[in-house]
Amino acid sequence: MPLLWAIRDIVGLTGTKYGCGVSQCGACSILIDGEVVRSCSLPVSYGIGKQITTIEGKTDNLEYLREAWEEINVPQCGYCQSGQLIAAASLLNTNPNPSDQDIDDAMSGNICRCGTYPRIRKAIHKAVKLKNK
Amino acid sequence: MESIQNMSRRNFVKVFGLASGGLIIGCQFSSEKDIVRIDDGTTFAPNLFVQLKKDGKLILVCSRSEMGQGIRTSLTSAIADEMEADWNYVSVEQATGDKKFGNQNTDGSRSVRTILEPMRKMGATAKALLIAAAAKKWQVAETDCKAEMHYVINKNNDKKIFFGDLVEDAMKIDVPTNISLKDKKDFNYIGKTLGSVDIKDFTHGSATYGLDARLPNMKFAVIARCPSTFGTVKSFDKTATLKIAGVENVIELERVKKPFGMLGGVAVIASNTWSAIQGRNNLDIHWDKGSNGQYDSKKYMQKITNRVHNNAKVAPPTKGNVNAAFSKASQIVEATYQLPHLAHAPMETPNALAWVHDGKCEVWAPLQDPQTARADAAAYLGIEMKDVTINVTFLGGGFGRKSKPDFVIEAIALSKKINAPVQVVWTREDDIQHSYYHTTNAQYLKASLDKSGDVTGWLHRTAFPSINSTFMPGANYAAGWEIGQGMNNNPFDIPNTRYENAKAEPFVRIGWLRSVCAIFHSFGINSFIDELADKAKKDPLQFKLNLIGKDRIREEESPHPLNTKRLKNVLNIAAKNAKWGRELPEGHGLGIAFYYSFYSYVATVVEVSVINDKLKLHHIWTVLDCGMVLNKDNVLNQMEGASVFGSSIALYGKITAKDGAIEQSNFHDYKMTRMNEIPPIDVTLVESDEAPTGVGEPGVPPVAPAIANAIFNATGKRYRSLPLSDHGLV
Repeated sequence: MPLLWAIRDIVGLTGTKYGCGVSQCGACSILIDGEVVRSCSLPVSYGIGKQITTIEGKTDNLEYLREAWEEINVPQCGYCQSGQLIAAASLLNTNPNPSDQDIDDAMSGNICRCGTYPRIRKAIHKAVKLKNK
Repeated sequence: MESIQNMSRRNFVKVFGLASGGLIIGCQFSSEKDIVRIDDGTTFAPNLFVQLKKDGKLILVCSRSEMGQGIRTSLTSAIADEMEADWNYVSVEQATGDKKFGNQNTDGSRSVRTILEPMRKMGATAKALLIAAAAKKWQVAETDCKAEMHYVINKNNDKKIFFGDLVEDAMKIDVPTNISLKDKKDFNYIGKTLGSVDIKDFTHGSATYGLDARLPNMKFAVIARCPSTFGTVKSFDKTATLKIAGVENVIELERVKKPFGMLGGVAVIASNTWSAIQGRNNLDIHWDKGSNGQYDSKKYMQKITNRVHNNAKVAPPTKGNVNAAFSKASQIVEATYQLPHLAHAPMETPNALAWVHDGKCEVWAPLQDPQTARADAAAYLGIEMKDVTINVTFLGGGFGRKSKPDFVIEAIALSKKINAPVQVVWTREDDIQHSYYHTTNAQYLKASLDKSGDVTGWLHRTAFPSINSTFMPGANYAAGWEIGQGMNNNPFDIPNTRYENAKAEPFVRIGWLRSVCAIFHSFGINSFIDELADKAKKDPLQFKLNLIGKDRIREEESPHPLNTKRLKNVLNIAAKNAKWGRELPEGHGLGIAFYYSFYSYVATVVEVSVINDKLKLHHIWTVLDCGMVLNKDNVLNQMEGASVFGSSIALYGKITAKDGAIEQSNFHDYKMTRMNEIPPIDVTLVESDEAPTGVGEPGVPPVAPAIANAIFNATGKRYRSLPLSDHGLV
């Protein structure tokens, strides 16, 4: 069973979303040892012995990103935003001051059908500012 | 100033005893301006929208579904504004699907347009009650009191009473008969930016969408449906399915022959979603593909294209004589445009959790139209509506798909059969391959230009399977309202016009998708007038302004008549923002398009480059005049989103069918634009005191033709069909 369904249906944490099941949209993104992965396409066994963070979790970068997301009012329907935040957290874990190009490269695996991309870009920059304050 | 007269106490105030610890206010209103679909009446039952607690907590009910348009924040903020409530005390409760809340159908970009005023009255009446209660307590006239930030203030001595402390007194007050609404200058929340009330749930993964609904002992179901629309099961073998761990049952479902009836198929029921998906993969099913099994969308496009190249059924009004105009023309221009089917592809796929037990039914689902779901559920089960409860969850996108509750009927049918709560989950493949598709379209346009380059005659033929066919099998021509989405009522001042509609029979379920027929008619019209401007050797912007002509208001279109001045205004602002006419870098082009839809005016300019045959979007400027704005940031967000949605249509949107089956299946072959493809988007809102009009949809129609026009400007190449990926540009 992929991690996604174990997290949602067995563990009962529903913040991690199903969007495509084939690693195309990023809605199911989670952090494993701080790095973003697509939980829809990884077996449960992959997570054994590793630190898994879902959107229900709390990390420094996630908290700054949340604050920025809230300030800029990023979400529309909100459904993809769990994955967007997780992908952004993974980006900041490895690149504390990403450029627009870095953001595009890191975030283009995450689809937002409502079209919040310009705000996501802005909010990631904002989170960096909040962190450096 | 508006006033509410003759409201009886019985209809207005309901007191729910001390247990609820507060004052609950309801209101009866009628929505004469609402467009009512199917069974929705025009008279509204008493409603409950305002609940004030003794501790000051204010619970406001949102009757419309939240799918990203921010409606839970905006509608309730209008109540709070008129009530002079402190927003920090407000929490929002989602209404269940029930006629007592008035029309809840959340589509057609109509929520604010139709119920802003009733919501304001709800707040204004609550305020009047609280003021009356305070005045009585102080033994002063009501006119000596005012409300401000959750307090009633005695204007004579500045004494104040907290709203919560007035609950008990307010319960004893008769409803005031003369309520006034605030002036624009006094608004606290209306017209301003108010962050979403749900933002923290969105950023913490705690918002409950349909797919997140959970009940003890619930089962998960995935359904195999026939690849061709309305095909049926001939036989199936479930042996391999039952070997999958977690699979508990395999059940055949019959199609329900109603507009939103389920398709039928073979359902696999399991203890978790993954087992159900695996179980379905292992089913061996033989299908009878039925009468739609031959559908070939490529051949079909040829067929409807041939039809628009010949005379077709006239769609009035006809003006003057186009043939005479054509015979006198200095130049004749003609062009054919072709657009494919689309699927809504909301990020959250269709789904529903249902529990049918003891003659009752309860549903949790992402629904744009919960009342239709309720009525259909009651009819399917043969029980009364009062025994059906429809809980509306957050919608992970809707775009029209979640107006059609076929997935609710599936969940109800299965729950009834296995006597347990069942969540039906549509996989992405199900969503792409069994949708209510945006229709496919062919258009032929022909126009005559005189010596000075003015348009003297305009013939527009269109053919597309109608949404009507979903409601009335055999409806092979467009509905009046579909043609009326900007085709036979375009805003141009042309002396000779004729509109025609050719036959187009459906081979899939046809449904409405964000901005509906405006998508293709905007593409045809905006592309064609760009072609005309080129043939007339005129600047596209000036040519368009000239074609719209002098200022005029089409009064016959009450209550929101087209005002050409407002249309030209958005065009001019968009052009100015984009610095229209400026020198552009090598390979770059600017394109402009506009559209009037859902009573709102939008113009969009896009800057593109085409270098080595590859398209890149560089900037989008879009301008909206939707009359009075309720929540500014929500509107900006919708317009930004519409630009992205429109870009997806332009670049990638295409659903095709072969042998009756949809050829696309997931986001790898039904692509969406991604962050790296989306340029900066500038949105300008026109300041206006006009009545509020649509926001969710009107931003979409101008985007694709603005891109196509920009490509022409950059390269001299005209693309008359979408998506642009078909032309190798992306």
